[in-house]
Amino acid sequence: MNIEKYKWLWRMAWRDSRRSRSRLLLFTSSIILGVAALVAINSFEDNLREEINGEARELLGADLMISNNQAFNDSALAFMDSLGGVQANEMYFASMVYFPKNNGTRLVQVRALEGEYPFYGEIETLPAEVSRTFSEGRNALVDQTLMLQYDVEVGDSVKIGRMMFRIAGKLLRVPGQSGITATVTSPVYIPLKYLEQTDLVQKGSRINYMRYYKFDDNRDVEKMMKALEPRMRVLNLRYDTVEEKKRDTSRAFANLSDFLNLVGFVALLLGCVGVASAVHIYSKEKTDTVAVLRCLGATGTQAFSIFLLQIGGMGFLGSVAGAFLGSQIQTILPAVLRDFLPFEANFGVSVEAILEGIAVGSLISLLFALLPLLAIRRISPLSAIRASFQSEKTGTDYVRWAVAVLIGLFIFGFAWLQMGKWTNAMIFTLSLLGAFLLLTGLAWLTMQGVRKYFPSRWNYLWRQSLANLYRPNNMTITLIVSIGLGTGLISTLYFVQGLLVETVAISDKGDLPNMVLFDIQTSQKKEIADITRSYGFPVIQQVPVVTMRLDSLNGISRVELLADTATGVSSWTLNREYRVTFRDTLIDTEKLVEGEWHGKAGDVIYISLEEGFGKESMKVKIGDEIVFDVQGVPVKTVVGSFRKVDFQRVQTNFLVVFPTGVLEDAPQFHVLITKVGSQESSAKYQQQIAREYPNVSLIDLGLILSTVEEVLDKVSFVIRFMAMFSIFTGLIVLIGSVIISRYQRIQESVLLRTLGASRRQILIINALEYLVLGGLAAFSGIILALLSTWGLAVFTFETAFVPDILPAFVVFFIITGLTVLIGLSNSRGVLSNPPLEILRKEA
Amino acid sequence: MEHILSVQNLTRTYSSAGQTLTVLDNVSFDIQAGGTAAIVGPSGSGKTTLLGLCAGLDRASSGSVYLNQIRLDDLSEDERASVRNAHVGFIFQSFQLLPTLTAVENIMVPLELRGEAGVRGLAMELLERVGLADRSHHYPVQLSGGEQQRVAMARAFVNKPKILFADEPTGNLDAETSQKVEDLLFELNREAGTTLVVVTHDLELAAHTGRIIRLKGGKIVNE
Repeated sequence: MNIEKYKWLWRMAWRDSRRSRSRLLLFTSSIILGVAALVAINSFEDNLREEINGEARELLGADLMISNNQAFNDSALAFMDSLGGVQANEMYFASMVYFPKNNGTRLVQVRALEGEYPFYGEIETLPAEVSRTFSEGRNALVDQTLMLQYDVEVGDSVKIGRMMFRIAGKLLRVPGQSGITATVTSPVYIPLKYLEQTDLVQKGSRINYMRYYKFDDNRDVEKMMKALEPRMRVLNLRYDTVEEKKRDTSRAFANLSDFLNLVGFVALLLGCVGVASAVHIYSKEKTDTVAVLRCLGATGTQAFSIFLLQIGGMGFLGSVAGAFLGSQIQTILPAVLRDFLPFEANFGVSVEAILEGIAVGSLISLLFALLPLLAIRRISPLSAIRASFQSEKTGTDYVRWAVAVLIGLFIFGFAWLQMGKWTNAMIFTLSLLGAFLLLTGLAWLTMQGVRKYFPSRWNYLWRQSLANLYRPNNMTITLIVSIGLGTGLISTLYFVQGLLVETVAISDKGDLPNMVLFDIQTSQKKEIADITRSYGFPVIQQVPVVTMRLDSLNGISRVELLADTATGVSSWTLNREYRVTFRDTLIDTEKLVEGEWHGKAGDVIYISLEEGFGKESMKVKIGDEIVFDVQGVPVKTVVGSFRKVDFQRVQTNFLVVFPTGVLEDAPQFHVLITKVGSQESSAKYQQQIAREYPNVSLIDLGLILSTVEEVLDKVSFVIRFMAMFSIFTGLIVLIGSVIISRYQRIQESVLLRTLGASRRQILIINALEYLVLGGLAAFSGIILALLSTWGLAVFTFETAFVPDILPAFVVFFIITGLTVLIGLSNSRGVLSNPPLEILRKEA
Repeated sequence: MEHILSVQNLTRTYSSAGQTLTVLDNVSFDIQAGGTAAIVGPSGSGKTTLLGLCAGLDRASSGSVYLNQIRLDDLSEDERASVRNAHVGFIFQSFQLLPTLTAVENIMVPLELRGEAGVRGLAMELLERVGLADRSHHYPVQLSGGEQQRVAMARAFVNKPKILFADEPTGNLDAETSQKVEDLLFELNREAGTTLVVVTHDLELAAHTGRIIRLKGGKIVNE
């Protein structure tokens, strides 16, 4: 082909587009939001990566952190001191706090600090200066949400353990901690020097010890710690460096943004379904033009190229518009994701993300558009002289199949790129294909069902409106797929949220326990049980807990096992502090699966292990020998049995259970489980316990439930924000299809009006059609959501799924209502103007 | 004189609902270069099918068509398109102007398809010849039926075709406009020296041609 012929293709594409540009723009508008979502998320990710690199030291607050979940022993301390640099110490643990102002009590994370930590970044407080000065007196910094919840102000008091502190400031942000972490843990900072006096550090208390370092000698901390790893392992110390923290944070956010990216990609795919269906109608309308061009001597490829250039150009423009919108949206993402970010975020435009968005948007919209557009190649020139001419079937169009395969590969490739695992990408692609097939199937069945089985005796208005569902150029399948998928996403979100809350809430029903008191000292055991009963609450369980450590397995010492990684015994198993109980019977959350239960100790102490822990983590079998170090005393035991334990119930469940007759005299604390009644009596009970036994911590299931709800609310806000892209894309596709079919609708309505139909009748016909369409799309989406939530419930959360119907109804009515509203807005002109005037105007 | 169009034993069948329908049955005729001919017959007699086959718009079930000595049934669809572009002009009953192009742009298309540049001047000349120079920037929807058919004629002659096929060229026009269009068609044809083949119901129009081929039931019944 000479250059002039190429030029002509471009000229022709441009000329031909002049009269249909507004409609071509409609195709492109369906992909704008999808591209916008991708660009916004990718920009956000790029910016975040830069931010993490720039602020890595602030994330850790130090150059190095060494930690342990037990007090550092002398050799550990000597080792840590030898590292030099400026050092700071912190201890943190869960404990009850008491606000005398209003008798409020709450389990919080007490963080006791000594030294200049953080060395980098700031603990942000209100007033600002107290973050550096609070350690000078008996002051506390309390999490801002907690202060709001308990209505306490700066200057009020908070009792921690046996000691009263003055609230010196409101805690706004801690280095490396996000809003979500604060919601779950509610931190309260106190100076370390007062910790001893709180009386909270006792035998069995779960305390984490950390030491922070700042080095001024530019040493390579990462390299140094790598070299020190064997020593750290023996000393049972863990460490965190700036590089490590950077990697962890980047990984966490990469996962989040990959997930959000996939949600955005689904929106883009929905838009592409809209593009494909619009191009289908567009190319049908171009049949005459193509036939004439072919009569005049254009080849099939030339005719096809003209429209390919148009659609490709529009896809590109849509992607550019989407990229622009996305770069605007990403400026509000930090606000949307505020609760997940461990630092204040400042974001700029990412050119890389914009280019990627434009490329992905242009390519995928073109691929989808190709499916219907390829039919243009087969339009016969004979159509120009015989309007009713239809090309005879000329066998399978392999190019179309190739395009369909390319689309599948593109989706899979994109998902693989995001997820990094081909199996996950395959699951994503197949799930998406499944959803598409399910929705398409439902739409097709409806069309066939209405066509075949709709009672002919029904009112004409019903018959006319339902016949519209399967008329030529109908958009039934497109709309049901695009709106259905959007609805499905939103509904799945609600169902899963409901499912998770329900899983926690179910424990609060019936006679099941709903409060756990732990860290009860032996001397307090009887008094606390009496107090519990005096409130009319049952003492459902009261169990002793003895802490111990592993000494050896089958004669091999812990240190040797730590050094030999080939044994497969996890270091967690070897280093952890064991919380063990002793009793002579199994309880109802346990089932013996192997071996023999020994309730009382004889010459040999037979213990029982939780099956998964014993076999997989500890790599032991029945008859193996384990020696525990029970606070300095070695106790030799033999594995007597394995139990299966239901950890979902609020019970004290143990990985290791000793028989009676061994640990009775060992230092121990106790756990009490009860079921509290009304909120008021529960609050009074909690206050009395916190006041009289400050060392005792108390977990209120109601509080956990509200925390779970709060966290889920924050998570689902982000997901809802992303799902909105899909819903809006669905609506744009709807608006697009309504406008594209406008002329056809108007001709019909005008004909009906000419034949004497009243405004009301036309309105009803249109409303009924959109009602069925919207209702069906929403219904299909909800069916999809029910199926996917059921799948998640059974296979992921391993729980029964009872759908919450109310949100489903709300979603159904909103989506259906919107569809009817958009549909009817299209016929406004037809109803209010004389038929001929409309025909002239539209022609 | 040589034959510009030669039709030999042409048969066209269609399959419909499991049955074979013979629309053209063993038709043969020749048309000499520079001549005019009309194909007439009742609805369903196969006129339009014959036109489509002669112009290379369709493939015959059997038999052959030679256009300007080129055997069309040996060619691929794209090769036939190239033959049409080089040697054939079309006038349709429903005008078939491209609705998205202006009058002058419609006329330019056949030349531009050949890869020729700077063809606007020639298109304007022809537009002036059909009396529509002042409507060059109007879209088809802004022109009357008669005006659209005049633009279509200008487009048909712009590539100086060897043969022009006109399918019911006045079928969509009123009597007065029909007469004007008809006169213009023959006038332009004379000036260009093109072979003209008209398919029509209109026996008056047919009478203006040098030869009338009558079709009935897919067969030539009378010449």
